Amino acid sequence: MMQVAGGGAAALLALTACSSSDDDSAGTSDPSGSASASGKLSGEVTVFAAASLKESFETLGREFEKAHPGTKVTFSFGGSDALAASITGGAPADVFASASPKTMKIVTDAGDNAGEPATFVRNQLEIATLPGNPDKVASLKDLTDADLKVVLCDKTVPCGAAAEKALTASKLKLTPVSYEEDVKSALNKVVLKEADAALVYKTDVRAAGDKVEGVEFPESADAINDYPITLLKESKNTDTAKAFIALVQSAEGQKVLTSAGFLKP
Amino acid sequence: MTPPASGKASAVDTLGGGPRRRRPRVGRRGRAAPLPLLVPALIGLVFLVLPLVALLIRAPWHSMPDLLTSTEVWQALRLSLVCATAATAVSLVLGVPLAWLLARVEFPGRGLVRALVTLPLVLPPVVGGVALLMALGRNGVVGKWLDSWFGVTLPFTTTGVVIAEAFVAMPFLVISVEGTLRAADPRYEEAATTLGASRFTAFRRVTLPLIAPGIAAGAVLAWARALGEFGATITFAGNFPGRTQTMPLAVYLALQNDPEAAIALSLVLLAVSIAVLAGLRDRWMTTR
Amino acid sequence: MTDIEKTIPYDVEAPSAGGLDARLVVERGSFRLDVALTAAPGDVIALLGPNGAGKTTALRALAGLVPLTDGHLRLDGAELDRTPPESRPVGVVFQDYLLFPHLTALDNVAFGPRCHGVGKAEARAQAAGWLERMDLTDHASAKPRRLSGGQAQRVALARALATHPRLLLLDEPLAALDARTRLDVRAQLRHHLADFEAVAVLVTHDPLDAMVLADHLVVIEEGRVVQRGTPADIARHPRTDYIAHLVGLNLYRGEAEGHTVHVDGGSTVTTSEDLTGPVFVAFPPSAVTLHRDRPTGSSARNFWRCEVSGLETHGDQIRVALVGELPLAADLTTVAAAELALHAGAEVWATVKATQTHAYPA
Repeated sequence: MMQVAGGGAAALLALTACSSSDDDSAGTSDPSGSASASGKLSGEVTVFAAASLKESFETLGREFEKAHPGTKVTFSFGGSDALAASITGGAPADVFASASPKTMKIVTDAGDNAGEPATFVRNQLEIATLPGNPDKVASLKDLTDADLKVVLCDKTVPCGAAAEKALTASKLKLTPVSYEEDVKSALNKVVLKEADAALVYKTDVRAAGDKVEGVEFPESADAINDYPITLLKESKNTDTAKAFIALVQSAEGQKVLTSAGFLKP
Repeated sequence: MTPPASGKASAVDTLGGGPRRRRPRVGRRGRAAPLPLLVPALIGLVFLVLPLVALLIRAPWHSMPDLLTSTEVWQALRLSLVCATAATAVSLVLGVPLAWLLARVEFPGRGLVRALVTLPLVLPPVVGGVALLMALGRNGVVGKWLDSWFGVTLPFTTTGVVIAEAFVAMPFLVISVEGTLRAADPRYEEAATTLGASRFTAFRRVTLPLIAPGIAAGAVLAWARALGEFGATITFAGNFPGRTQTMPLAVYLALQNDPEAAIALSLVLLAVSIAVLAGLRDRWMTTR
Repeated sequence: MTDIEKTIPYDVEAPSAGGLDARLVVERGSFRLDVALTAAPGDVIALLGPNGAGKTTALRALAGLVPLTDGHLRLDGAELDRTPPESRPVGVVFQDYLLFPHLTALDNVAFGPRCHGVGKAEARAQAAGWLERMDLTDHASAKPRRLSGGQAQRVALARALATHPRLLLLDEPLAALDARTRLDVRAQLRHHLADFEAVAVLVTHDPLDAMVLADHLVVIEEGRVVQRGTPADIARHPRTDYIAHLVGLNLYRGEAEGHTVHVDGGSTVTTSEDLTGPVFVAFPPSAVTLHRDRPTGSSARNFWRCEVSGLETHGDQIRVALVGELPLAADLTTVAAAELALHAGAEVWATVKATQTHAYPA
């Protein structure tokens, strides 16, 4: 948290810039405000982020660039494990936002982080069913029906680990038709109507729009996933990178993230 | 008139190699390969072999015994071999006639058909898997009818794995066999028909044995491709141990949290495929 | 001229119900083949012509490998125009034989009977019989690549005959052989064709093959028949320069005793080869010299008393047809012909040097 505090001024600037750019009249009437901000921050930051953060982070990236002309935020979205492996393998990145503390630990164990990772959002599981919920799924237990084709994430990826945790806590035994390699694949099986239901994140259900219908279940509270974010040691543009992290953690950033279905930490 | 000029080529020579003539092996030994060929050839060899060597160097040999006794590994390995072999069989049954059609029958749009056949080669396998879902999935163009008429659903089944692998591997076989067919002398088929053979009999009893080496090469290529298939398989058939989890899927998922185990699994897959291919090669060499 | 003995009588007015009656019209781009062929069972017809004349196309049309654009094809009274090749009672010996390389000689010959529904054991027995007739029993289990050219040719012939065809087609049957093998194989082929009871059509660009093997020649140039008839007819009355050049060959059959050959008909020919038994003797018309009087100082060992039966001009050459002790053709320059005051009925002496004759076993 110390490092983030160090970037406090930048975060503040970012916030004002964001709000001014959100507000059309303020943004156009006061171009000098953003000009002064860009005088401090410049250059490119590369953010490695979990695939589930794609929509929210792209929105935040655009806002950040608008607030700080001259900066450029480049994203690389992917499975947190693959991203962690690239970082420890020497990939040039400034910020890493992971979908699980476990994958973040790969980076911190390698000593590739600069400062302590901070949890910036949390994600909760939800049942994704076909549109209109034709199979009348109302609880986690309903998924154990043998006639229902359910897909889970493989336990080696965060959403699979969370599902396993929830199922164990509720003492349910669920045999899926497939353990998918990531959450989007699991969701897609329902979108393509090949599976009747999948255990995915709230954010994924939200992102899929009306192609799936979400069913909340109380056991999901036992398996909430923390999303940590950190500055990386290899960063060549720490000020801008810290400013982006501050934006993610700010009230404005949290608004974007929660509207995508994430929970506040 | 003078006596007949001496024959052009002796008949023995003309017939010697069957459809593909064998050239005398002049200059294959005892003469140094020219540098402009030798240097890139060696670089190419190193380029192909180096990653495999690295895999061997970094392999966690100490954890090998545990892996090799794990039932999940055996399950995945057995499934891989069974599915790749079944996919090769499917490719042979459908691909050889398709290759024959492309090589021997003139029809409008043949060029287009040939391009379509090779399309799965360019298609990213994951896209291939999605395309298969849209065609043969529970809600797919054809799969819908399979489901409602016969109660057959292909995704998430071992059959689905075979289909996904055949989809990706068959073009290799078709291309290889078509090439051999084009190189083979079609007059042997004509000779067979003048002896009373129908076109199918001519194909079965004459063409097929003549192009057997090409078919074998194509089958090996298809088998190897099917064995390593990942994208189309996981997309179309999903991942369930013992039913649809082949070795490449197991390797990929192991890579998520235990890269060492993934390397070890890859080596097992490599070793088995090398053993099978080398074994087949020896067989051919001796029966030829 | 070509006094090849006729083992089978040839009937020019030929086929009524039996035999071949065809008019083959095949169009391919600018090329048009239009050839009429008739033959009675037992006839051997040679299609003779330069490369690209359409001989092979005619053969392929007979086999059904090339569709007819127009015309008709009747064999033993049955229409075959629309019959696919596998259903035609036709056997083909291809130029390079096309023996199936993966099958033994025996299985190559058994292939046809098998396709005609004969059981495996019976087909092999029949094939063994054919190989025995071709004197190939020792090579029954050999793959084609182990056979010599001559052996391969005989296997190909056996394979074609094993289906009991009513029409046997041979495409340049001797072209793939070297000169030495060719002589033997030609003699054997002649023997087998003489035994063949149905129609045989062979394609060749070699007049010697045509004259030895066939009893009726059809000369094709640029897709059309330019002349047809017995070898002797054609040699005596060539209608185009190509034919004149092509068939300009004096060919005799006889019995050899050392350097002397007793030609059928009573004359003798002295040759440079030392042979015994049945032989052919051949020499070109250009090797013949004519004299008004019996030659005395000539070194030629061969001289015959003849009478001029015809004169034909070909370019600056005159072809003289002669009858008498030995019927033959001679080529002279117009000057030489004028000096000799040649005319039909004139008596002359014909001489040929032994070194210019060529004898070989029949």
